[in-house]
Amino acid sequence: MQPTTKETEHHAAHTAHHDEPGFWRSYIFSTDHKIIGIQYGVTGLLFLFFGFCLMMIMRWQIAYPLKPIPLAGALLEKILGQDMVSGGVMQPDLYNAFGAMHGTIMVFLGIVPVAFAAFGNFVVPLQIGAPDMAFPRINMASFQAYFLGGVVMFVSFFIPGGAAKSGWTSYSPLATLADMGHHPNGQTFWILGMVLLITSSLLGAVNFIATIIQLRAKGMTWMRLPFFVWAQFVTAFLLLLAFPPLEAAAVMQLMDNVTGTSFFLPTGLMTPGTTNPLPISGGGSPLLWQHLFWFLGHPEVYVLILPAMGIVAEIIANNTRKPLWGYKSLVYSVLCIGFLSFIVWAHHMYLTGMGTKIATFFQTTTMIISIPSVIILTCFFISLWGGSIRFNTPMLFALAFLPMFGIGGLTGLPLGFNFTDLHLHDTYYVIAHFHYVVAPGTIFGLFAGIYYWYPKATGRFLSEFWGKVHFWTSLIFMNLIFQPMFAQGMAGLGRRMYDGGVTYAGTNDPAAAGVVGVPHIFIDMNKHISWAAWCLGLAQIPFIINFFVSMKSGKKVTSDNPWEATTLEWQTPTPPPHGNFDKPVQVYRGPYEYSVPGSARDCLPQNQPA
Amino acid sequence: MDIPYTVQPREDTGLYNAKVGIWLFLASEVMLFGALFSSYILLRVGAAPGAWPHGLLNIPIGTFNTAVLIISSVTVVMAWASLKLNEFGKFKVYLGATILCALAFLCIKSFEYHDKFTHYQVWLADGKTMTGHIEGSPMFWTRNTLEEKKLDHIMLHADAAHGEHGAAVAHEAVKIETKEITRLSAYVPAHSTYFAIYFTLTALHGLHVFGGALVLAFFWGPGSKMWRTDPERFTNRIEIGGLFWHFVDLVWIFLFPVLYLL
Repeated sequence: MQPTTKETEHHAAHTAHHDEPGFWRSYIFSTDHKIIGIQYGVTGLLFLFFGFCLMMIMRWQIAYPLKPIPLAGALLEKILGQDMVSGGVMQPDLYNAFGAMHGTIMVFLGIVPVAFAAFGNFVVPLQIGAPDMAFPRINMASFQAYFLGGVVMFVSFFIPGGAAKSGWTSYSPLATLADMGHHPNGQTFWILGMVLLITSSLLGAVNFIATIIQLRAKGMTWMRLPFFVWAQFVTAFLLLLAFPPLEAAAVMQLMDNVTGTSFFLPTGLMTPGTTNPLPISGGGSPLLWQHLFWFLGHPEVYVLILPAMGIVAEIIANNTRKPLWGYKSLVYSVLCIGFLSFIVWAHHMYLTGMGTKIATFFQTTTMIISIPSVIILTCFFISLWGGSIRFNTPMLFALAFLPMFGIGGLTGLPLGFNFTDLHLHDTYYVIAHFHYVVAPGTIFGLFAGIYYWYPKATGRFLSEFWGKVHFWTSLIFMNLIFQPMFAQGMAGLGRRMYDGGVTYAGTNDPAAAGVVGVPHIFIDMNKHISWAAWCLGLAQIPFIINFFVSMKSGKKVTSDNPWEATTLEWQTPTPPPHGNFDKPVQVYRGPYEYSVPGSARDCLPQNQPA
Repeated sequence: MDIPYTVQPREDTGLYNAKVGIWLFLASEVMLFGALFSSYILLRVGAAPGAWPHGLLNIPIGTFNTAVLIISSVTVVMAWASLKLNEFGKFKVYLGATILCALAFLCIKSFEYHDKFTHYQVWLADGKTMTGHIEGSPMFWTRNTLEEKKLDHIMLHADAAHGEHGAAVAHEAVKIETKEITRLSAYVPAHSTYFAIYFTLTALHGLHVFGGALVLAFFWGPGSKMWRTDPERFTNRIEIGGLFWHFVDLVWIFLFPVLYLL
C-alpha cells in the first residue's frame, strides 16, 4: 500500500501546482474516460438541478394559481418578458414550456448522462480492467455533442416564443401547431437539441459495447463481469437501437414544422379560431409520432433504471460482505428486460383506441417484462439476508432504492392493464408512478454511486454525517411529494393543468349535487406537495456543499480500496492515472468473492491469484 | 498507454475494435432507416383509397443511379482487395472510381430533385386538378407566392393528361386565373405525404452518400499517407469505410423499388 499512497500524494500535488500548461487538454478536451465521466457527471448534475428548479417554480403555480411567484417572479419577468410572466404571475405558455422542458431536461440531459455516461465512463473501463474506452476520441465527441445539445435546449428558453411547450413527448399535431407564429420556434430548437443528444448517445453506446466486448482484461470472462457492467452493456444496446426511431421521428417533425409537410398532420386539421382547414396536404398520422416516440420512450425507461440497478448491486454486495444472491439470474433477467423492452411500447397508448387485440398483446408483454424486474429486485432483497450490513451513506441510498423502486414498479401494474389504465391515464397517478421509479428510485441509485465512487475519483470521502442528513431528508420529502399524487390521480386529477386542477374542483355545496369534480381535499394536497418539493430542494444543499468541500477537506482515503471491495476499479492507484493500471491485469475469480470460507481476508479482489 | 486490439483482432472475438464499432453503428442505422420505412408503410396504408401517387418518378434515371451505386460497391471491395495484395496504385484507381460514382449519383439525384421542384400541381376551384410546368420554370411556388407577386394568372404547360380526359397537347400553355386556384404546389415535400417521405428518405440517404464519399476521399487523398507508416491499420480503415459504403448501397437497393416501382 505504501507506494500507491505516495502516488496519491504525488498526483494530488501534481494537480495542485501544474494545472496551467495542459488545462484545456486535460480537463476540457480530454480523451481520458475518467475525465469525460466526470465532465458528464458534473454537467448532468447541473442540468438535474436546473430541471428541478423549473419544477419548483411550476409547483408554485399549481399550489397557488395566479398568485405572483415569490423570489423568482420579478427576475423571470425581466428575463423572459411579459408574455411569459405578467405581474409576477406565471402565464400558461411558460407553464407549458417549463413542463415540457422539465421532462426533457431530467430525462435526456440529467439522468441518462449521469447514470449511463458518467458512471459508465468512469467505472466500466476500470471494472473490466481496460486502459481506456475503445475509441477515446469518439468518447470526447460524444460529450461534446451532449454539451452542445444541452446548450441548444437551454438557449431555447430565451428565443421569441420561448421553449418547446408540447410536453416532453412532443405529440403531433400539437407540437407543430403550438407556436406557429415564430420560426424557428422552441419546438425546432427542441428537435435540433434532441438530434444532438441522440448523436451523443449513439457515439457513447457504440463505444461502450465495443469496449466491453473487446477490452476485457485477461481472464475477465462474461460471467465474471460485475453486474454493473452487464447493466451498462444492456443499456448501451437499448440506446443504440431505440434512439434512432426517435431521430427519424424528429426529422419528420422538423419537416412538418419547417417545410410544411404533413407526416403527422391529418387531413382537415383546423386551428382554434379559424374556419378553414390549414393549407397543408394532410394525409398524415398523429399516431405515427406516438408509435415512434414510445418505441424509444419505453426502452428509455430501462435506460434510466438499469444503470441504477447496477450501482445498487455493487454497493449491496460490498456492504453486506457477501456475494450477490443469484448473479446468473440477475444477468439473464437484465438481458430479458433489454429484449422485452422493445415490444411493450404501446402500453403508453391505450387511450388512442388502438383496439382490444393490440392492447391485449401489449398488456401481455408488459406483464411479462415485470417478471425479470421482480427477479432482480428479489435477488437484491435476498442478498441482504444474513449479511452483516454496513449502514454507510452509499448503502443507505442503495437500500432505499429497493422499496422506492418497488413502489414505482408495482404501481405500474394498473397502468399496464388497459382497463385500469383508461381511468388512470394522464392523471397525477402516472406522474407519481414514474417519479417513484426515476426520482427516489434512479436518483437515489445515482446518489449511492456518487457517495460510493467519490473516494476513487478524488482520494477523499464525502462527509458521512452530512450524507446521512442528505439521505434522510431526501427520503422523507420524496415520499411526501409523490405519495399524495397517487391519491390525487385516483380521484381523477388530470396532469398538465395550469391551475392545479381548480377548474375541475367539485363543490362542497350539497345543493349542487350532481356536479362531478375532484373533491377539494385532493386539490388542497397541491399545497402540501409543493412545500415538500421546496423542502426537497433545501435538502440538496448539504449534498452540494459536501460535494465541493470534501474535494479539498474531506477525510482522506488510507488505501486504494477504502470500502474493501473485490472489483477491479479498487485495485488501481487513487485517483487512477491515465491508462488506469500500473501493471497488466489478470483476472482469476468472479466479481463478488466476499467472506469466502477459509480465506484470510473477507474480500478477494478479482485480480488476486487463486 | 496503448489501447489493445486497434489493429490486430482479439483472439476470442476475432475482431479488431473498429470492426465491432462499425457493425454496431450500422445496426443503429438499420433502426434509423427502418423507422422511416415503417413510416412509409403506415402512411401508405393509411392513405385515402387512390390518393397514393404512382409513376411520378423517372424510372430509367433511377435504374441508372442504382447501377452506379452497385458499381461503386464493387470498386470499393476491389480497392480493399488491392491493399491486401499490396498494390497501392490499383487501390488509388479503384477508390477513385468509387468516389466518382458517389459524385455521379449525387449529381444525377440533384437533377432529379430540380425536375420535381419545377413541376407543379394546381388545384382548381371547380374541383379539378392539373399538373405541369409554369412558364419560366420557377421553383417552390405556392398559392401565397402568386399573391405576394400580385400575379392574376399563371401560364401552365400541362402534362399529357392520363386517364379519362384523353391526350392533351403537352406543349400548349394554359392560362389559369389566380382566383380559380385553390392550391398550388410544386412536387416538394409539402405536396403530399408521398413526396414528404420520398424527399426525407432520399435526402437522408443522399447525406449518407455525401458523408461516405467525404471519408473515402480523405482516405484516397491525405489519409493515404498512413499506408507508408501503418499499412495494416490503413487497410482496416478501408475495410471499415467499405462496410459503411455497402450499407449505403443497400439502403438504396431498398429505396429504389419502394419509391420508384411500387
